[in-house]
Amino acid sequence: MPGIEPGQIGVIAAKEFRDRIRNRWVLAVAVVFTAFALVIAYFGAAQQGAVGLRSIEVTIASLVSLVIYLVPLIALILGFDAIVGERERGSLDLLLSMPLTRLELLLGKFFGLSAALAVSTVAGFGLVGAMLAVKLPAAALYHYGGFMASSILLGMAFLSLAVTVSVFAGDRTRASGGAIALWFFFVLVFDLLLLGGLVASGGETGAQVFPYLLLLNPADVFRILNIFGTEEVRALYGLTTVFPEALASRGLLGAVMAAWIAAPLALAAWRFRK
Amino acid sequence: MTKYFGDVRAVDGVDLAVRAGELFGLIGHNGAGKSTLFKMMLGLLPVTSGEIRIEGQLLRGEAFRRVRRRLGYLPENVVFYDNLTGLETLRFFAALKGAAKDECGLLLERVDLSHAADRRVKGYSKGMRQRLGLAQALLGRPSLLFLDEPTTGLDPEGIREFYRILKELKSDGVTIILTSHILSEIQERVDRLAIMKTGRIQALGTVQSLREAMDLPLRFEVRLANGAVEPLCRALAHLPVQDIRVDGDRVSVHCRRDAKMAVLETLASLDGNVVDLHVREPSLEDVFLGYSG
Repeated sequence: MPGIEPGQIGVIAAKEFRDRIRNRWVLAVAVVFTAFALVIAYFGAAQQGAVGLRSIEVTIASLVSLVIYLVPLIALILGFDAIVGERERGSLDLLLSMPLTRLELLLGKFFGLSAALAVSTVAGFGLVGAMLAVKLPAAALYHYGGFMASSILLGMAFLSLAVTVSVFAGDRTRASGGAIALWFFFVLVFDLLLLGGLVASGGETGAQVFPYLLLLNPADVFRILNIFGTEEVRALYGLTTVFPEALASRGLLGAVMAAWIAAPLALAAWRFRK
Repeated sequence: MTKYFGDVRAVDGVDLAVRAGELFGLIGHNGAGKSTLFKMMLGLLPVTSGEIRIEGQLLRGEAFRRVRRRLGYLPENVVFYDNLTGLETLRFFAALKGAAKDECGLLLERVDLSHAADRRVKGYSKGMRQRLGLAQALLGRPSLLFLDEPTTGLDPEGIREFYRILKELKSDGVTIILTSHILSEIQERVDRLAIMKTGRIQALGTVQSLREAMDLPLRFEVRLANGAVEPLCRALAHLPVQDIRVDGDRVSVHCRRDAKMAVLETLASLDGNVVDLHVREPSLEDVFLGYSG
């Protein structure tokens, strides 16, 4: 096959990105993120009888729970019809008749949608970040930056899954079903299954393997990335005892997340190659 | 080449060479294999067996992009992006094709869409979309054009204009392959055509050579002066003709190609009683039905 021409990926990506700016998708998602982030940052501690900005760690811990539900859902909605949508509308053949390889089309779609998601994420959580920057020390901002970056990675992992669904699905209806199923599985069911397994095995055999199994879910990788950043949160979750030290490495977790982005895309590329 | 979809043989042992600079028509019923053949020629579908070369090149590896840049394709019922304007649509495809940006405005002018350049494609009529599709196919000055049912949705004026552009392209040396089901429309315009049926090419050649090969009868339509109808019918009865019809002073008759001169001589022997005469060649429809019916 011919090699990859980055310029062609760029043309597709730019179109995808511009489409989402133009139909106000980026704006809408940014507004949703901003609203949730403000409410959580400001009122998140209401249960403890106080409102207002608290420490960065607690704020991030609250936001992580939000992001784990919201970002995968948004990424899946964004990407599920990337390929199958073109196919169903009848515009795929024309695209593929261009001097453009299928891999370039796939990557262009993925990066364009990733850019849209990244801009929404940064814009949406940026306002709260700015508020924190005024009230809290610089180190807090560093944590918050890490939280935003990992949110983008989480979004890209689910976008990668969504694009894969869009390659495998025969039509848009099935693709949307597949996307919803993935969300249920990774966001709702996966942890329950793990816990169930742990309890069923009496906590004997599973305890050693359990933390590593969490790496099989990008949402859990995201959670670990953020809550293991800080002592305070680790204590808050009472997780210090459960987790092996090896897993607390940012490098390892980042690599696992990168694999979660690359592996589904590779599968999609393999399936889409002809 | 041959193409199977599962057990279905969509294209069955087709061996076809289109000449450079030629306007080539591909006709056949729905499901005859035209579109599959088209998509294989464009490299959109892999062939099950056989190979396709464009200007001597296989559409893969190093040659892939080079060959693709020289192709223009107008799909059947072309679909564009509703949220883009006509001009933006062309710019998008121009970027993919590596064509100059200033080509876009010129091409819109050429297909008479300049007035709608900044309107979203969503509001375009079927005919406008088709013309935008042609402009898109012409991006990058292709040397080979694939047009799948290109005149669908165009009004008669648009169809005439469309073929005028094709004629210009042809005089520039562009090779054009088009499919159509409107046979009368392409019969005066293509250099050669292939008739496809159930995945095979049933006939290939110029319209004239196909007519002759089919040996379809000519139709004489004669208007006669008073009293000449009876003698003509008597004289025709001795010739190898069929289906003599009389309607007042008009007589029409089918005759085999090799009996043409004999019929003309008979008419000449009527001593000026022939008021009017038409000799009709079989239409492409007749040829088409003969091969595919």
